Amino acid sequence: MEFFHKVTRFPFMNTRKVWYGLSAALILASLGLVVVRGLNLGVDFTGGVVVETNFPQAPNIEQLRAALSRSGVPAAQVQAFGSSRDILVRLPPDPSVKGEQIGARILEVFKTVDANAKLLRTEVVGPQVGQELFVKGGWAMVATLALILVYVLLRFTPKLALGAIFAVLHDPICVVGFFASTQMTFDLTAIAAILAVIGYSLNDTVIVFDRVRERARAARRLPIAQVIDESINQTLSRTLMTKLVTLLVVVALLIFGGETLHGFSAALVIGILAGTYSSIYISAALALDLGLQTDDLLERKLTKPEEIDGLP
Amino acid sequence: MISYPRWKIALVAIVVVFGIFLALPNLFGEENALQLARDRAAVQASDRTGIEELLKSKGVTPSGAFLDQGRLTLRFSSKQDQLKARDLIAEARPNQFTIALSQASRVPEWMRNLGLNPLKLGLDLRGGVYLVYQVDVQGAVRQQLDHREQDFRASLRNARVPYQDVQVDYPADRVRVLFRDSDSLAKGKAAILSDNRNLNLTETVVGSSPALELKLTPQEIKERQDYAVQQNIIILRNRLNSPELAVSEPQVAREGVDRIAIQLPGLQNSAEVKKILGKTATLEFRMVDETNNPLEAAATGRAPLGSKLYYTREKQPVLLKRDVVVTGDQLTDASFQPNTQDGPAVSVSLDSRGAAKMLRNTQENIGHLMAVVFIDRSREKNAQGVDVDRVTEEVINRATIRGVFSNNFQITGVNPIEGRELALLLRAGGLAAPLSAVEERAIGPSLGQDNIDKGVNAMVFGMLAAFVFMAIYYKVFGLIADVVLVANVVLLTAFLSLVGAALTLPGIAAVVLTVGMAVDANILIYERIREELRNGVSPRAAITAGFDRAFSAIFDSNVTAAIAGLVLWLFGAGAVRGFAVVLVLGIATSMFTSVMGSRALVQVIYGGKRKVERLSI
Repeated sequence: MEFFHKVTRFPFMNTRKVWYGLSAALILASLGLVVVRGLNLGVDFTGGVVVETNFPQAPNIEQLRAALSRSGVPAAQVQAFGSSRDILVRLPPDPSVKGEQIGARILEVFKTVDANAKLLRTEVVGPQVGQELFVKGGWAMVATLALILVYVLLRFTPKLALGAIFAVLHDPICVVGFFASTQMTFDLTAIAAILAVIGYSLNDTVIVFDRVRERARAARRLPIAQVIDESINQTLSRTLMTKLVTLLVVVALLIFGGETLHGFSAALVIGILAGTYSSIYISAALALDLGLQTDDLLERKLTKPEEIDGLP
Repeated sequence: MISYPRWKIALVAIVVVFGIFLALPNLFGEENALQLARDRAAVQASDRTGIEELLKSKGVTPSGAFLDQGRLTLRFSSKQDQLKARDLIAEARPNQFTIALSQASRVPEWMRNLGLNPLKLGLDLRGGVYLVYQVDVQGAVRQQLDHREQDFRASLRNARVPYQDVQVDYPADRVRVLFRDSDSLAKGKAAILSDNRNLNLTETVVGSSPALELKLTPQEIKERQDYAVQQNIIILRNRLNSPELAVSEPQVAREGVDRIAIQLPGLQNSAEVKKILGKTATLEFRMVDETNNPLEAAATGRAPLGSKLYYTREKQPVLLKRDVVVTGDQLTDASFQPNTQDGPAVSVSLDSRGAAKMLRNTQENIGHLMAVVFIDRSREKNAQGVDVDRVTEEVINRATIRGVFSNNFQITGVNPIEGRELALLLRAGGLAAPLSAVEERAIGPSLGQDNIDKGVNAMVFGMLAAFVFMAIYYKVFGLIADVVLVANVVLLTAFLSLVGAALTLPGIAAVVLTVGMAVDANILIYERIREELRNGVSPRAAITAGFDRAFSAIFDSNVTAAIAGLVLWLFGAGAVRGFAVVLVLGIATSMFTSVMGSRALVQVIYGGKRKVERLSI
């Protein structure tokens, strides 16, 4: 079986203004959403308490909420988590609350509603730690981008590297926008997913660039725009196929991985879609607009300084 | 003939066989088990044979047993046997072992002896408690300065050198001794230096008084802080190993500069553990001030010179001399004796320094009263949410010195419950610096099992989807890719088992992702081969070109993913780190299997033929 019998001939470079526009719209929308709606930061980042409980039958959430406020548990957020029988309680960071007690206390209150309630998980994160984790996560992203930029700079030319980094920046922004629009909990695993997305998306870009370099060396006469178009078209089947299989796998994670991995896998799905788009439509186009020339991609002319010095 | 070096095929075969061997222990499953630990000592082989014989004689034969890191694990085929054995051991060998209920793998002993172990599961998969403590390193430095202050006062007093004051300045990390004139300064310096060698005292002037100054260097401060964290780790380990807390396989590790992360698999309720872990109890022995009236001091709230006002458990005021005879850090051992002539007691041993002081003190003070002060520092949050150290100092015992003693004696007047706890805390040592819990995660066992099921489901379905797709889309080459993918998962499991990295739910996600990466590499190669075939290249040349040309793209793309993985490894904590470890290792194994492994398989399938007409791709 084969989906791509012939090499396609899509004019990616001529239509690039359209794709820039689409990307710009996506990025603006994402940033706008983050500003307007904000991110629903998880307990990892805000600090606070999360208590997960399980009921044999779906409880009435209003009843649970009422029971909690009656017993003086302050400002508790009660919601179903995954199934209607799993109930998650979130409390803002409150220094006077003690972790080991709050879980038991909430369970006690819930047991007055349903005697068979079970405690599944308690998480208590100090506000200080939460902030540190958030800052650390941010630095992790910056460090990843910087290191990858260095690597692409070493392997390719500065113009391609810049194109790659812009394309790569595009993807986590889309993922964050997705989190802002769905108000899914943004926690440490979401950051992990974003980093994986950065690695993945670059993967495609690098493969396109690799081909551009190869083609440019083989056909020096061709205008660089045409070389890029051919390269993207030639690698298109590979790009789409690998992403299809990866998506298959990630969708399996999304469906079967349970609530804990839900945000993680959703971030990956969005990131992979965005990454595929950006590596096909954006990265090489940006490099072209940054003034990429065939010359930039030819083998470096090695001028060894000691030889020059050695001349009379 | 397509050529591919024989040795590479051999290498692939050897690595895969080795990988299968290393991954084998994961096939045996788990059984109910008991884990026995001794307090501050390793369980011996003789204990093992003794216990095995004991259990055999009672008809509860363990299905397996092994000693590892000073802990004895006994496996049982049923839950009833496990519980029965626990009661039997506790009855036959009272107070000798910590007995924790746990799960252990059925891996045969010869395999275990070869160092082959199954994958460790993270807390999110097996349930348990994860705690992060913050060590108050500033407090540790402050303590050191306080000790210096006391030492200096003692030296000057003993040498009868007049001085104005000893001042401790915390933010500046220094201790200053103020003198009236330069003559006493010189004498004081000599006195202090004769008691404390290697001190770097500088002379300065504070106001109009000549003064000596001891200032901690940044290096000394850092050493002190490191020491505090390390010491706390040791003490926490000791406490976790004590029989009073039955915890199996506790893990205590430093995290960052001033944090300690503790993992307690299988534990449900952290309250009890936290209570014991966070305590900083210690003892002081002081002589009772018998000349002044404590009631008077309590009424005025002022203690006479050289004395300090304390209260007993029963809130009776007591005046004790300011000079400490022996402090808790000179204690080497403590054990609880439930039945002595004078009721429950804690039997105490001192080190040589403490013993010498105790000897001199008892010689000089026969017939006088000596008191034991129990000092409990606990860190709590007040209503404003600020950490406050609450120090409870209580006189738990006053007794007349009847004879001369030095390194071994008993403290009476404790009740049975606190006597046990006191012995544990004294034995494990006082924490070098106060701790406060900053992060706590508890995962119930049912959620853990649920997570395993979900992770395994996701993995199975994800991989099946990839397998079927590859086989349909690339036919024989697709099947080769599938074989290679299985090899990749086996190698990854082998690797993870070998390095002892714990598998977490995000780790399983990383395995699934790695499958995606490995597929990616294969698709790159196959698409390249198809492309070459379309260009009219012969099948042989297409295979060679496909593998060769795809390599640089595979390498580049994997390096970038590995960079992201490494950064996660370095920055990430807890579950995220579990993801990163698997991702990085998975990138390595998938590179190997999909480049070398599938090349070798292609060689085995197509290499022998004289002429390859068509490729099934």
